[in-house]
Amino acid sequence: MLTKRIIACLDMDGGRVVKGVKFKNLRDAGDPAECAAAHAHSGADEIVLLDITATSGNRRTLLDAVRRTARSLFVPFTVGGGIRQLDDAAAVFDGGADKIAINSAAVRNPKLIGQIAGRFGSQAVVVAIDARKCDEGFEVHVAGGRVPTGRDAIQWAREAADSGAGEILLTSMDRDGTQSGFDCELVRAIAEALSIPVIASGGAGSPLHFIEVFREGRADAALAASIFHFGIENIAQLKHELYDASIPVRWPC
Amino acid sequence: MIAIVDYGAGNLNSVKKAFEYLGAESVVTNKSELVTAADKIVLPGVGHFSSLRALNSSRLQEALLHAVSAGKPLLGICLGMQWLFEGSEECSEIAGAGFFPGKCRQFPPSVKSPHVGWNSLTVQEGSRLLRGVAPDSFVYYTHSFHAPVVAAMVAGTEYGLQFAGAVEQDNIFGVQFHPEKSGDVGLSILKNFCEV
Repeated sequence: MLTKRIIACLDMDGGRVVKGVKFKNLRDAGDPAECAAAHAHSGADEIVLLDITATSGNRRTLLDAVRRTARSLFVPFTVGGGIRQLDDAAAVFDGGADKIAINSAAVRNPKLIGQIAGRFGSQAVVVAIDARKCDEGFEVHVAGGRVPTGRDAIQWAREAADSGAGEILLTSMDRDGTQSGFDCELVRAIAEALSIPVIASGGAGSPLHFIEVFREGRADAALAASIFHFGIENIAQLKHELYDASIPVRWPC
Repeated sequence: MIAIVDYGAGNLNSVKKAFEYLGAESVVTNKSELVTAADKIVLPGVGHFSSLRALNSSRLQEALLHAVSAGKPLLGICLGMQWLFEGSEECSEIAGAGFFPGKCRQFPPSVKSPHVGWNSLTVQEGSRLLRGVAPDSFVYYTHSFHAPVVAAMVAGTEYGLQFAGAVEQDNIFGVQFHPEKSGDVGLSILKNFCEV
């Protein structure tokens, strides 16, 4: 039976893993290669590394972190942040990533999705969408959540899938870092509109939140960062609780 | 030495990295001489079945078929496994090698496609490739087309229907999943291939 995936996300700033609340107030949470290995060991089905302050100046730092993290990681490994063109993606794949995540660059230039998918396959292209609730649904934001685009999240997710995206990484900006639960309404709206997998992100705080987003949100995978750092929630323990709730998970790993 | 055949279908670093981790010497190559010189061959690949056009129209295919008929072990991964069959509905004008009968088909409409994530294997006894792999082990899949259930199937997976997760016959092996991304289970399968 196809299982629901639990994905550990490492937000990286200047070569270190950090975690903030609603994209602000960053705290240090460790070395990316060490964090990735520890999460994989405790049962993470995938690892995502996001360079949250990606600038041309720290490309080298990112690629170095990708190489070090990929070296002994044998679960799917996604890298995002600062990928603006095909060459950026190629460098990240060359460093050992299996998938890349693109966000602002895809909104600015949707053809980029097809370009990367054409060369590396759709399975290697994750389109990340940061969405915030507005009067008429959910609005897409870019530039790390700082810039509203006026675009509807469901429409954009459809367009991304049609352009060749293999998965959608959907972050609720309203819930991110709050540990108050995933936005099941947002996740379900997009999961039901697409045939490609939807990864729910933003708001994980307890095993119950994962159960909700898999049952009510129809998510294919759920991603969390903060609860997996600082020893708040162990992935192995989380998977046991999901298993007890009859959610199919990979266990033992 | 293991030759990982590069015919332009995606990123092959992960496969090479897994062999490195296992201490097995491997080379990613698009040169038929290196395929001929290798002890074992891995045919990876992701994406559309039409990517195999590049393989079929190159000298690589000739070298590959020659090596297989000489008894060298071949492991097809994902699209590489689909090539071992007669073809695929995804692109009917491209022929597979036909080592196994039947064509690769789409999943039924009752399930989402592509099939992405960790799914369990029903492992059959006696497989050399899956030696030591527990009966319901999980492996990582990402694909839209699947190979049919055949006599040479050594592990099946359920997703809307049962399809061939792994096949094995003499020196020809194929896995639809990605052993290089399937944690310890996947590494043990690659290790078995190194030792056949």
